[in-house]
Amino acid sequence: MRTVIEKSLLLVLGIFMVFPIFWMLEASVKDQSTILANPPSFVGFEPTLDNYRDVFFARGTEGEARAASGLVTNFGTSVVVAVSATFLATAIGTPAAWAYSRFPLKAGKDQLFFILSTRFMPPVVAVIPLFLMFRTLGLLDSRLGLILLYTAFNLPFTIWMLKGFVDEIPAEYEDAAMVDGYSRVQAFRQVLLPLLRPGIFATAVFSLIFTWNEFVFAIFLTPGGGAVRTAPPAIAGLFGGTETQWGVVAASAVVFALPVLVFGYLVRNHLVAGMTFGAVRR
Amino acid sequence: MAGISIQSLNKRFPDGTVAVHEIDLEIEDGELFVLLGPSGCGKTTTLRCIAGLETQTSGDIRIGDRLVNDLRPGERDIAMVFQFYALYPHLTARENIGYPLRAAGVPRAEAEARVDAVARTMRLDGLLRRKPDKLSGGEQQRIALARAMVREPQAFLLDEPLTNLDAELRLDMRTELKHLQDRLGSTMVMVTHDQVEAMSLGDRIALINEGRVEQVGAPLDVYDRPASLFAATFIGTPAMNILPVEVDDGDLRAPSGLRLPIPVGLPRTDGLVAGVRAEWLSVTAPTGDRHGAARVIAREALGDETIYAVDMGGHRVHVRTPPTVRFEAEDNVDVAFVGTEPRVYHEGTGRLAA
Repeated sequence: MRTVIEKSLLLVLGIFMVFPIFWMLEASVKDQSTILANPPSFVGFEPTLDNYRDVFFARGTEGEARAASGLVTNFGTSVVVAVSATFLATAIGTPAAWAYSRFPLKAGKDQLFFILSTRFMPPVVAVIPLFLMFRTLGLLDSRLGLILLYTAFNLPFTIWMLKGFVDEIPAEYEDAAMVDGYSRVQAFRQVLLPLLRPGIFATAVFSLIFTWNEFVFAIFLTPGGGAVRTAPPAIAGLFGGTETQWGVVAASAVVFALPVLVFGYLVRNHLVAGMTFGAVRR
Repeated sequence: MAGISIQSLNKRFPDGTVAVHEIDLEIEDGELFVLLGPSGCGKTTTLRCIAGLETQTSGDIRIGDRLVNDLRPGERDIAMVFQFYALYPHLTARENIGYPLRAAGVPRAEAEARVDAVARTMRLDGLLRRKPDKLSGGEQQRIALARAMVREPQAFLLDEPLTNLDAELRLDMRTELKHLQDRLGSTMVMVTHDQVEAMSLGDRIALINEGRVEQVGAPLDVYDRPASLFAATFIGTPAMNILPVEVDDGDLRAPSGLRLPIPVGLPRTDGLVAGVRAEWLSVTAPTGDRHGAARVIAREALGDETIYAVDMGGHRVHVRTPPTVRFEAEDNVDVAFVGTEPRVYHEGTGRLAA
């Protein structure tokens, strides 16, 4: 009896979670009139890939070669920004995590708490001061501005997560390397880094996903719109106007979500390792 | 090869813990020197200071004639074997052994030859292509030793090298280590908390307690003549019996009327305790002369010998006897002193009185 209730609840929850995704996928292969039809038809409509074509290519006259759409540029921006910010955060965060893990720093714990505390407040609170700072520095509507911002936002998390991984690796390996004739930094690079690689990878994945999905700062700090916008605000920009092309919105969302989903699926073991590190005794 | 000289070594950690307090040691060239003590006594910290992995708060360390205080670990020309071996998990056994040579910039051909030579000495053929996680504890240990040997360092530092091996293998490795040290004639400093290991391996032992040296000496000297109550109770299984004594017409009177000879030069003071090894005592059937009457509490028959725990006037005393001596628990017995003379300590300071 109990399992029946449990299963029913899980089913309801499952539908609740999955339906929006299903709806998005479905809308992405319907034409505008089918999407707006009332009552909606979930089966038995004629699927079309026109929306996907419109995601990638600008609308033009039938038969002519089509130029790449603006959205393609926005996807490109997303890739550049997410990869750069993740790279920078990881490159800066790894030595920092090593230092906090290995060296008796003055008030090290307080420093770590401070680093984490920068993430306590909701990001939206910081939008206005950041906007003003960016305007003064001329970083509005620039990829560099977004990269710097996301690097800063990813760093606390990167340092904390990587510190956990470094803590798990016995310091004796580096001690051994130092006795074997290497310097402290060589021991870090040649012995610790190879052992830390899975941890670095798991951390980078989280950082990448966060950056890829971020919306609030992306829209506020690119008020000019256009090519420097990352994909999330660009997709949001498809709403409104005379008529919202819901099919194109849905198709863009699918294209946007797909890389992260595929990537997440490929590295799922690393993600789980990242989420549970320290919880499992080796 | 070189000796190691340590003068007034102090180490205080940033949190205020004093791990090492005014330690002086002269470790001779070619000697297997053991730092023995309970966990947390500062023996590993001392070793890590010699290695340069910790920087001492004050004091001088010399390896050979060279003052190494300000040298990095890699510049001190020493090798270290760690308790958990610390073989680099991402490298094969061969790469692990050759790793110190890479740092030293030894030409490739020569490095390969030296790795092969050391691998032969340590009988590692067939293991060289494996990664550490595919090796048993004993094999990892031998590779860690090979990695230490390949550089032909001035001295070897061994941190609890046998602790993580299972009992049988530990005995084998102990023999092998002793043999290796004899053959190489190298200076080795070994840290252990296991007094049997220290006794069986060490040319000399430094017993360390709470960051201070309690006693330095050859194993048998330390065993026969512990310099302090701590040394007396730490070394030996069973531990030395410690009995309160009073000077009483030409004898020392211990509980239950046990009589012990007075060692030469014993000062006439109160608060003395005698240290009596279990094999300096005997148990016999009661004779009724009221000297050393005791009751058997427990018997440990070890085959080659039997250890009796007896109650003497409220004190538990261990007596080592040949296996032919047979008593049961609760039997009344007489305990007599059969050694040459007991050690006598000041109870308050714990130092040797005579």
